[in-house]
Amino acid sequence: MKPNTPIERLFNGIVKENPTLVIILGMCPTLAVTTSAMNGIGMGLSTTAVLALANLFISLLRKIIPDEVRIPAFIVVIASFVTMVDMLMDAYTPDLYKQLGIYIPLIVVNCIIFGRAEAYASKNGPIESLFDGIGMGLGFTCSITVIGFIREFIGAGSVFGHQIGNLPDYMPSIFVMAPGAFMVLATLIVIRANIINHIEAKKGCRLPVEHTDEPGAQCSGCAFIGSCAGKFAKYEAEFKEGKKS
Amino acid sequence: MAEEKKLLNVTSNPHVRDKITTQDIMLLVILGLMPATIFGVYNFGFYALAVCVVTVVSAVFWEFLWDKLMHKPVSIFDGSAALTGLLLALNMPPRIELWVCVLGSFFAIIVVKMLFGGLGQNFMNPALGARCFLLISFAGRMANFAYESVSGATPLSALKNGQVVDNFAMVVGNEMGTIGETSVIAIVLGACFLMLFGIIDLRIPGTYILTFTIFWIIFGGHGADPYYLTAQLAGGGLMLGAFFMATDYVTSPITTPGKIIYGVILGILTGVFRVFSSGAEGVSYAIIISNLLVPLIERAAPLKCFGYVEPKKGGNA
Repeated sequence: MKPNTPIERLFNGIVKENPTLVIILGMCPTLAVTTSAMNGIGMGLSTTAVLALANLFISLLRKIIPDEVRIPAFIVVIASFVTMVDMLMDAYTPDLYKQLGIYIPLIVVNCIIFGRAEAYASKNGPIESLFDGIGMGLGFTCSITVIGFIREFIGAGSVFGHQIGNLPDYMPSIFVMAPGAFMVLATLIVIRANIINHIEAKKGCRLPVEHTDEPGAQCSGCAFIGSCAGKFAKYEAEFKEGKKS
Repeated sequence: MAEEKKLLNVTSNPHVRDKITTQDIMLLVILGLMPATIFGVYNFGFYALAVCVVTVVSAVFWEFLWDKLMHKPVSIFDGSAALTGLLLALNMPPRIELWVCVLGSFFAIIVVKMLFGGLGQNFMNPALGARCFLLISFAGRMANFAYESVSGATPLSALKNGQVVDNFAMVVGNEMGTIGETSVIAIVLGACFLMLFGIIDLRIPGTYILTFTIFWIIFGGHGADPYYLTAQLAGGGLMLGAFFMATDYVTSPITTPGKIIYGVILGILTGVFRVFSSGAEGVSYAIIISNLLVPLIERAAPLKCFGYVEPKKGGNA
């Protein structure tokens, strides 16, 4: 896949660099609002809307915004979109708005939005940035909806708010409380990493990261640097042996 | 990589080798728990025995299944899974449904123990972790105590609500509670047996109970009134927790100062939960919170290396 095309950006956000399960960003809404699948969808879609629009506008403004004050400028852009989403949700989906409560205004300080603005939108063109935002947002939506679905089913015995018979009586309700969020999130991270590692092992590259020969060029920021068997690890081994001899 | 595999991981000397094995220790602790178990079965009837058997068997089964699925050597014969199952069973109310026991032993073995690396790596007592998991998940079922087909409050909550309790029955154990916690006499008998064999010592239980007593006298609101004091000491899971749960080798500090700090923390936490919280009991929460503090305690009271001499102050070290 060619980098920085819209399709590649969507794939990147949903699978390759899923914000919740790979980059582990935006933990606050992930852990707090995923008590049901509907909450997950609502939170995810509102974040996606803010993320896409904020990415688009920050990318359009990237040449005007001075480097020294980029963070305040990003906040202004993001906060205006969050305010719009907040008011729209209050007007059209009051029930969901009440459920999500403080977490809608808190989208302003969501790490995913800041992370993408800083790492992608401020360096790339508007179309790619828009699709990057949509991809990341959908990745976030998918993962927190799955977490919400699992927690709702195991903890409360219901699916999308519909209780199944007298199943709730036999379900450990700890899963709709705080500890359940951590357990389900950790399990999903493990499962996802396992699947991707299997696929990549078949392809020949163990990890979903492109390695460079230059030490520290791309690998230094990589989350897998400790467990990486790619080129960087080989380079490092050679470097150490060279130093010894 | 091939070079590294040849290295053996050896701790610093001396390497004392003892005849006693993990299996022996687990077997002795299970024997030490037998008086409490037998009394529980006598007290609550044969359904309590069914609860014990189902919990122990399912705990061993989960460990076996995990070892098989993960292609690891089968570790059920060291007896630790059976011990965890027995401890969990003794922490269950006598009329609990059997599937709850199976779920509880699943959480104890798979989540608390095996996911963290098996015996020796678990960060909290598996049986108590599972008990707290069940307490939070099935509050109604886990608080459904019945004795001689009359359900009601446990002595501790009766005491908290200002009702009169029978101190003598609490010491002997003819009262409501979980299967293994009611009889102080049976628990102390088992603990004495373990102390005789040197499996446990009084450092942790002693400081735990002493600290709790002092805490109760100061903050309990009844001073050193022997009626309330004996009820607090004999009621609930304090004795079972102090002698059999808090002394778990994996989740308690190694050094003597560490054990004393650990016991003091346990006593204070139990006192806080019993006196200031809305519930009447807090031993299991106190123990698992203290389990989480053990790495910090061990940093404060580290193991002294053999032959280590304190560097002189003011020396040119």
